Amino acid sequence: MEKIGFFSLLVCSILISLLVGAEDITFIELFSPNELQKIILFSLRIPRTLSLLLAGATLAVSGVLMQQLTQNKFVSPTTAGTMDSARLGIILSMILFNQSSLLHKTLFAFIFSIAGTLIFVSFLNSVKLKSSIMIPLVGLMYGNVVGAIGTFLAYQHDLIQNATAWLQGNFSLISSNNYQLIFLVFPLMIIIYLFSHYFSVMNLGKDQVTSLGVPFLILEILVIIIISIATSAVILTAGNVPFIGVIIPNLISMKQGDHFKKVLFPTAYFGGLFLVVCDIFARVIIAPYEVPVSLIVGIIGTGLFLFLLLKGEQL
Amino acid sequence: MMEIKQLSKKYGQKKVVQDITVPIRKGEMTACIGPNGAGKSTLLEMVSKLIPSDTGEIYIDGGEIRTWKQNELAKRLSVLKQSNIMSMRLTIKELVSFGRFPYTKGRLNQHCYNVIEKSLNYMGLNELSNQYINTLSGGQLQRAMIAMVLAQDTDYILLDEPLNNLDMKYSVQMMKTMRGMVDDLGKTVITVIHDINFAAAYADNIIAMKEGKLFGSGTVDEMVTKEIIEELFEINIDIIEKESKKFVLYY
Repeated sequence: MEKIGFFSLLVCSILISLLVGAEDITFIELFSPNELQKIILFSLRIPRTLSLLLAGATLAVSGVLMQQLTQNKFVSPTTAGTMDSARLGIILSMILFNQSSLLHKTLFAFIFSIAGTLIFVSFLNSVKLKSSIMIPLVGLMYGNVVGAIGTFLAYQHDLIQNATAWLQGNFSLISSNNYQLIFLVFPLMIIIYLFSHYFSVMNLGKDQVTSLGVPFLILEILVIIIISIATSAVILTAGNVPFIGVIIPNLISMKQGDHFKKVLFPTAYFGGLFLVVCDIFARVIIAPYEVPVSLIVGIIGTGLFLFLLLKGEQL
Repeated sequence: MMEIKQLSKKYGQKKVVQDITVPIRKGEMTACIGPNGAGKSTLLEMVSKLIPSDTGEIYIDGGEIRTWKQNELAKRLSVLKQSNIMSMRLTIKELVSFGRFPYTKGRLNQHCYNVIEKSLNYMGLNELSNQYINTLSGGQLQRAMIAMVLAQDTDYILLDEPLNNLDMKYSVQMMKTMRGMVDDLGKTVITVIHDINFAAAYADNIIAMKEGKLFGSGTVDEMVTKEIIEELFEINIDIIEKESKKFVLYY
């Protein structure tokens, strides 16, 4: 029963996401669109909705993976410097290559986010922080430093407008020409599913995992590579959408626990759903204009998170 | 049978473990004692291959551990480290089922479920098995962790300070469980214990370490004497014998 409810919720959200915008399309027109509506649907709305679903799912799953890796509930690509490092990579690729292609940007974003995340994780490994809340705080500071370097370079090379675009998640520029990169997350999701057994034991911590005969280091590197590719794909498609990786996994964890294999699908599902719904709000709130979706994510997400924190176990 | 031969470990210039040679008898409980910083935990970590040794060899059932693959070793030897702060919300059952990982990589079969069931039963956790481990008391969590180790079904079980943070009641319970694992299940238990009286009352053999070196080893009777314990810990003690058991009195 619950499943049917959640499924119809997703279907409804997707429908609304297809219909709502500067040029509204009615439900009936969806099945017999005229030429203009066809163009809107196929080159804008469908790519946008698909990107939202995939980006939301990816960010939420990346978050939960990182949390299992570090055994800390507040670590995510946003709070570990992954996002900012990817952005720095993109800025550098634009500085180094005059006509920087998508391939350049992707490669640079990918390499930099791996390096940035590795630095953060090895920092965590060498410095044993006593308080679990310190880890995301240090991560945020680290991210801000990396972000500041990026912004500095962007100022020097007149790229600041581009750089800000990647700072704020915005799906309004997505069209059928520029969203294909997000499909990169499909193979990633399959890999994550195939390795989900391994990722499940990861949250016992390094020593206990090793004593179960699992090479923790390899697992760690695999996770970082997956998260870096995923984050790069999202940031290049839509920009930085903060905190989905923290909010959704924590919400799921309250109901379902932290067994990775068990929470993988719910996390991906609700991550996607959440971002689609947030984007609908972003489109209607000052229609016919839009606000960046990251703004809505921040507001709804924080409220939801606070509510659930206070309500705690009863849910 | 486990044999440790000329084992050494340095951190920087500091020799944490120096030239330790000691046999560990199978099917018995061996307690590792000594002052803080004697290198007991490091020894345990090397034996369980969590950290590499600098020099020396460790033989488990005739094979040197470097020749064991980590996954094969995990079927022979399990280790539980001190202070497992679990912030993750796993149920006891999920936690215990992780113990089967070396055999089935997470794809549990019927045999796994039987072993898990048995381990839960043995630790008296059946009724709690669906509780989240972050809601458990220290004693319950420790029992859940031991149940996971039991599910791993290894001949050798290494426990680093299993009494950490446990009150008297749970400490006694834990020692009895460890004794039971040796007597009923035929396991070889090697443990680091700070309470000398628990070691004297429940263990078969004692390995005493001081400043990274082997101070002595032998049966409890051989090792728990006024001279040895006083020199080991550098305090004055009395040994009281009651019902043929030895108690160390210190204050």
